[in-house]
Amino acid sequence: MQHGKYRFIAGFLVVPLALYAIFVIWPFAQSIYYSFTDWTGLSPDFQMVGFDNYSRMLDDDIFWKSLQHSVLLALLLPLVTLGLALFFAFMLNVGGRRRKNAAISGVRGSSFYKVAYFFPQVLSIVIVALLFQFAFNPSSGMLNETLKAVGLKSLQPDWLGDPDLALYCVMVVLIWSTVGFFVVLFSAGMASIPKDFYEAALLDGADRITTFFKITLPLLWDTVQSGWVYMGILALGVEAFTAVQVMTVGPGGPDYSTTVLPLYVYQTAFRDAQAGYATTIGVGLLIVTMLFAGIVMKLGRRERLEF
Amino acid sequence: MGSTSGRTNEGLGRRDLIKRSAALGLIAVPTMSFLSACASSDSGSDEKVEKGTKSAKNPLGVNETAALEVVIFNGGFGEQYAIDAEKKYNAAFPKAPKVKHSATEKIQSILQPRFNGGTPPDLIDNSGAEQMDMGVLVGKKQLADLTPLMDAPSYDDPSKKVRDTLRPGVLEMGQFDGDPVWIMYYAYTVYGVWYSQTNLEKLDAAYPETWDEMLALCEKAKKKGIAGWTYPGKYPYYLPFSLYPFIGKIGGREVLDKIDNLEPNAWKDPAVKAAFEAYYELFQKGYILKGTPGLTHIQSQTEWTKGKALFIPNGSWVENEAAPTTPEDFKMMVGAPSSLDASDKLPYGTIWASGGEPFVVPAKAKNPEGGMEQLRIMLSEESSKNFTKSVKSLSAFNGGTDGLTLSTAMQSGVDVLKQAGDNVVNPRLQDWYVKLQKEQIGIAGIGEMMAGRATPAETIKKIQAFADAAAKDQSIKHYKHQ
Repeated sequence: MQHGKYRFIAGFLVVPLALYAIFVIWPFAQSIYYSFTDWTGLSPDFQMVGFDNYSRMLDDDIFWKSLQHSVLLALLLPLVTLGLALFFAFMLNVGGRRRKNAAISGVRGSSFYKVAYFFPQVLSIVIVALLFQFAFNPSSGMLNETLKAVGLKSLQPDWLGDPDLALYCVMVVLIWSTVGFFVVLFSAGMASIPKDFYEAALLDGADRITTFFKITLPLLWDTVQSGWVYMGILALGVEAFTAVQVMTVGPGGPDYSTTVLPLYVYQTAFRDAQAGYATTIGVGLLIVTMLFAGIVMKLGRRERLEF
Repeated sequence: MGSTSGRTNEGLGRRDLIKRSAALGLIAVPTMSFLSACASSDSGSDEKVEKGTKSAKNPLGVNETAALEVVIFNGGFGEQYAIDAEKKYNAAFPKAPKVKHSATEKIQSILQPRFNGGTPPDLIDNSGAEQMDMGVLVGKKQLADLTPLMDAPSYDDPSKKVRDTLRPGVLEMGQFDGDPVWIMYYAYTVYGVWYSQTNLEKLDAAYPETWDEMLALCEKAKKKGIAGWTYPGKYPYYLPFSLYPFIGKIGGREVLDKIDNLEPNAWKDPAVKAAFEAYYELFQKGYILKGTPGLTHIQSQTEWTKGKALFIPNGSWVENEAAPTTPEDFKMMVGAPSSLDASDKLPYGTIWASGGEPFVVPAKAKNPEGGMEQLRIMLSEESSKNFTKSVKSLSAFNGGTDGLTLSTAMQSGVDVLKQAGDNVVNPRLQDWYVKLQKEQIGIAGIGEMMAGRATPAETIKKIQAFADAAAKDQSIKHYKHQ
């Protein structure tokens, strides 16, 4: 069984693999090829320029800024989002007070909360970003009006117009819009953990926190790890791009304070007509994403638990 | 989930497989998939339709049976004006199929593959956020020279050439280096300081012609709880619409030309410093609407039409764009930059006005004569009037406003142009170096200064560094004022 198992699997997957090769692998190869050219994207003639684009990228302040922001998002967003999602999911499924003839249950009204948390998932990120843009409007937006109403009239931040706050505003929006998905994902994972474990823990007198760390989290670890990679991808990729493109100054933030790698790729390709250089930055983004996934997979290795 | 084949060295668990393939697939998503859509190919069929015979009715020699394809940017001006002109084209060439018309907001996404494939349409309105970089198009020889159109007899008066019917500066804007005309700017935009006559009258004030009057008026407004100025803080590159002509007025045209030419120390000119300091004073004295740095163009225009601020730097499209929130009795007007002091090089009335809405005919178009003929029709008095009436903007055709009842904003645009006479400046940074103008000078420079996070001196230093870097950058094409 051990040898040839991949061949065996590939035999069954030949059609999807071919599609994958044509629509994913091949464009990658093409992009890497274009990153060595000075292709503008607006005309079919271009020259090979060797590593010029790469040396330019390494000297490019904006590239480093974008990279810094992207990495920050990739580190912070999964941490906060998954942390919140785990907490919510635990409360919805296990964290409730004991009622009659049920050893474990969620908090009261958990079915309503499930729907409420999941709701932002239904909205497209573009809509979410637009709505929040109105909330962040410093002059008549919901946030500053609320601050006024509670007597904090002197505290009227510019939110997205403030270089120190703008990136965090974007993060809050991304967390708000993605946390629901992970609540549902973790809920599904928790539902598959046998109840006897919890009952045993209860008999031993474990409180909620101990139960969570000793039982729930270890048994959910696989799901958490996949979620971590997935969230990191969102933070490095399309969701972050959309939020920054729609919400922030410029777009790219006051004085480049929110620019992220995919946005920089987009602007270089579609505004500055330097598709060759844009693919170079794309290759940079590819490397960062691969590193991120590799690190998460490596760090997340744990013994497989059987239950 | 009670799988029992859990010893990892045996077989490949279902979960493992799913997890690995999911991870692989996911990694592929964010990186470059959207760039690969524009894989280039150089299969350009350079098939042009045969030329027709030239005649008085058909001076460009359009093939009377050939198809024509037009792509219009569907933005503030909509597409109806182009459709109306296309009807005239169809009437002039009854044997040709109906003009193939399409309108989009995403010019580059739609047309990039067609340029790469060598099959572009015959006439393009290359405008909007997805405007294709003109410098690249010209440099890569993707555009047709419009000189035949400029030298053709005009639609209304065969004794005049088309080039003699245009407003000042429009033709020159379409030239990059040397004589060929690559771009025909169809709209004519007046930039400046926009205000509401009604709201000024409420303060018993007229438009301030000097900076001291401006400051006094802002102070008066502040006492009433009204801000003097607002601007699209999220897109601070609106500030130059009134700031650049202000610089030109203080130091003369050559200061702006030096800036456009990316000459060393161009930004260190005293005129720039004086203008920056004057604007910075607006911030320091609290004359700028609170929260402005976080507003979009629509939001700031709305605050302005609500009367929360008196002035906003803008272009003549604002009338159309802000129409939904503009009160009936608003009396929208545009003013030229106020005079800083008596030593200004140019008189009061100096204004920035220039072509907008750039139309191009691709070099590889199948029917370039048709594309130019379509432009010739659009530059007739009738089409120009129709454009002005329907979208509330002047066109490149010099005239075409007689007999129209103009709104206050349109009328004030015509008036400031008349008052300016020859003192119309035309800074070109936004056409030549988009990134430098918008992102670096606009957002990172002036935007930070007006939000009070940098002093004028720091800002000038910063902008000069950006300009020097752009001058050195080999990956962009450089231009000079002729």
